Amino acid sequence: MADTKRSVSVSTRTSEAPGGGALSESSAGLLRELVAHLRQNRTQLREEWARRITRAELLTAMTEEEIFAEATAVYDNYVEALETGTFEALQAYSRRLSERIIPRGVETDEVVGIVLLLRDVLARSLFNKYQDNVEKLNRILDSYEPAANRIANTVAVGFVEERERIIRQQQEAIRELSTPVLQVRERLLILPIIGVIDPQRARQLTEQLLRAIRANRAKVVVIDVTGVAAMDSGVANHLVQTVEASRLLGATVIVTGLSPEIAQTLVTIGVDLSEMATVGDLQGGIEEAERLLADRAAIPGPQPGREPGTELTR
Amino acid sequence: MEVPILRQGQYLIASIQSALTDADLSHLREALIAQVGRSRCRGVIVDVTALDVMDSFAVRTLRDIAHMARLRGAETVIVGIQPDVAFAMVQLGLTLKGVATVLDLEEGLAFLDGRTKDRGLDTRPKRPPSNPPRG
Repeated sequence: MADTKRSVSVSTRTSEAPGGGALSESSAGLLRELVAHLRQNRTQLREEWARRITRAELLTAMTEEEIFAEATAVYDNYVEALETGTFEALQAYSRRLSERIIPRGVETDEVVGIVLLLRDVLARSLFNKYQDNVEKLNRILDSYEPAANRIANTVAVGFVEERERIIRQQQEAIRELSTPVLQVRERLLILPIIGVIDPQRARQLTEQLLRAIRANRAKVVVIDVTGVAAMDSGVANHLVQTVEASRLLGATVIVTGLSPEIAQTLVTIGVDLSEMATVGDLQGGIEEAERLLADRAAIPGPQPGREPGTELTR
Repeated sequence: MEVPILRQGQYLIASIQSALTDADLSHLREALIAQVGRSRCRGVIVDVTALDVMDSFAVRTLRDIAHMARLRGAETVIVGIQPDVAFAMVQLGLTLKGVATVLDLEEGLAFLDGRTKDRGLDTRPKRPPSNPPRG
């Protein structure tokens, strides 16, 4: 990651230092000089930066003390990255920082903003120091620019990656939470589905249900779709497949809570509902399920002479 | 690979231990049908718990077994389809419609006990077909 070339070029200067052995030795010297300057002026440059952050109304989710504390850590890491030319420590710090501030509501543009502000603060101080020696200023900036770009990049990307990791984690948690399979009685499972079903969630739902059927030795499953707003043909077919797969494991499925809109959709798109037992509401579905369980002749699986689609009107 | 076929009372139990070739499946079908005819067998259980996959030929063979057994007076039940296998089957459109399927061997025996007791009686539909369709 640290090696990908995705520099954000915010200046018009070339981002590569001129090559050549003699020059690179002096550019190493320049870099040392630059780092020394940044260390010497640490206090006022850091304060200047913190002031500009507040003026730009960034990090409003944090107090001034917090901003100053983080600014200190960022500054020191920044200078160290400049000095050593290595960015692992900065990357690690960036991730830890992101972990801290993302729950506080800090946004990506704020993080990118403050890093660019620091970049600006330091660059201006370099301009001030070397304004009488334009040629040296040029060479100093040649050392500074590529490293500064890389730092901005590292911090921003670290922040974004942490956000993406959290989002993925939350999505997974939501998926798990939103498809609970509940055992209410022996051999009876209820699966209330709430919200939006995308193909991925539908698949997860089915897998979870099949495992639960096996684990609980369920003979009847009530799938309640009262909480499902809309169903397209893909999801409807998934539902039909879930019913069929459950039957292969010996469980009868009763679907409850089909809204008139969804029922209309299913009929219109020609989904095969003949294999699906449906009841108007969840309570009715549970009652029907208990009837099936009590009835010893109610054996799962289609049998000759038995109507597969048990439909009740309510 | 010969599938062992055990006798339990009036039932035959075929326990598939590992993946079967098409030839093995055909052989199993012939063996089961022959035994159903020979003895007074009322039920057949095919246990597929050990199978990780079931292709279309396997599914067709199971259907054939069920149909042929019924012609000879025996009920068939398939037991032990794994969740992953069931999922794959429905996605591929491989159905076992018309064939009873239950979770495991215990359920399979209970099923056959229930069915063979009912044999000779009318298996009436659970709801009269004259119910108005929902909609």
